[in-house]
Amino acid sequence: MNISALIAGLLSGIIGAMGLGGGAVLIIYLAVFTSTQQLAAQGINLIFFVPIGTLAVLIYAKQHQIRWQTVLPLACGGIIGAFIGIFLADFIGGQLTAKIFGGFLIILGIKEMLTVVKRK
Amino acid sequence: MGKYTVKIISVIIIKKKIKKFIYNLALGIPIGIVNGLFGAGGGMLAVPFLKKTGLEQKKSHANAIAVILPITLLSAILYLVNGSVKFSQAWIYIPTGLIGAILGTLILKKISPKWLKKIFGAFMIYAGIRMVMK
Repeated sequence: MNISALIAGLLSGIIGAMGLGGGAVLIIYLAVFTSTQQLAAQGINLIFFVPIGTLAVLIYAKQHQIRWQTVLPLACGGIIGAFIGIFLADFIGGQLTAKIFGGFLIILGIKEMLTVVKRK
Repeated sequence: MGKYTVKIISVIIIKKKIKKFIYNLALGIPIGIVNGLFGAGGGMLAVPFLKKTGLEQKKSHANAIAVILPITLLSAILYLVNGSVKFSQAWIYIPTGLIGAILGTLILKKISPKWLKKIFGAFMIYAGIRMVMK
């Protein structure tokens, strides 16, 4: 048993269920700290999130937190977008996708830190 | 006359609802593109969209999960079908992930995600630099 993999799963579950970007945690772990290929790392995260997301949504729905009339059209549009996104990932390949992903992380990371500073 | 007015008002309400649906549908497309392309990140994009529809911060995070769940399910199937990933690579992360999910929903109820965002932001910058340099 690989303990670091279990910890990566735990952290991704916590941050993913909070809607804070748990996917980034697992993909970063796989792509930076193991030798997993970028597209495989992304696929692992997608598979991982199906049971984790289902559990989180069930809990939130029980607490009456989900506003379905807004969620459903966003999800329908998202399904159309997913086909486009996956086609793009295949088209540009894993290496370039990893670099673009990294660039996005830097921008988002700076943004996350700045919004906290502003609110203080 | 009264009946007629009611009819007109109900038509206006239905039209408004359809408009809102199409608007939200259009907003969903970029969420799906990002999630399909990077295998993650759709939720982060969904949170500000949901806040714009009038949901408060914490509820936006909860609803973002509901938005990306069906998108992720479809994306996972497509990644499996096109051979990018095998299920055997993924299952090991799921048991502790489920424990984490329960903890996450409890934590979101109790605390504001603000301080977590700061730590996470720093981690993202570090990881981003490593991925660009790779």
